[in-house]
Amino acid sequence: MTDINAFIDNEVKTNDVVLFMKGTPQFPMCGFSGQVIQILDYVGAPYKAHNVLDNADLRQGIKDYANWPTIPQLYIKGEFIGGCDIVREMFQSGELAQTLADSGIEVKKAG
Amino acid sequence: MPMQAADIERMIKDALPDAKVEIRDLAGDGDHYAATVISSAFRGLPKVKQHQLVYAALKGNMGGVLHALALTTSPE
Repeated sequence: MTDINAFIDNEVKTNDVVLFMKGTPQFPMCGFSGQVIQILDYVGAPYKAHNVLDNADLRQGIKDYANWPTIPQLYIKGEFIGGCDIVREMFQSGELAQTLADSGIEVKKAG
Repeated sequence: MPMQAADIERMIKDALPDAKVEIRDLAGDGDHYAATVISSAFRGLPKVKQHQLVYAALKGNMGGVLHALALTTSPE
């Protein structure tokens, strides 16, 4: 396992919700990353975000880790959930909230 | 060089011969597309695996020359 792979593996397994994105939650640098942030904020899920634009190794490493060619990537409890399209579909169907609840992750109620 | 919608459709159909593919050029720039792919190959697979099949069909172009392809997949 390469260093970056071990780093990613540790990150997603020691944090409940991890998002690898372009930019930061305050300043997303890509519309797809921004959409996932909006969804996570809306459902009130606590998450840890990594900006892949800060780290070229991470940017490539995360694609190899999940066998997934694009960013953003969302992980819940070490499990790769999907990119923007899947997260949006799961949000709209209520599946995302269910997955968070099933994983025992407390969400903050909006309002 | 951006990819043409017809190229994307052909690559997906090469890999998933029964696929029904609908592609929309979102921004008119040949770089931001949305695709709906319907194929029996997706049956029983989680969404991540369904999308990975489509990405595999695009043979490394996704995330490279093809920046944005919003995907919707369904087995029927």
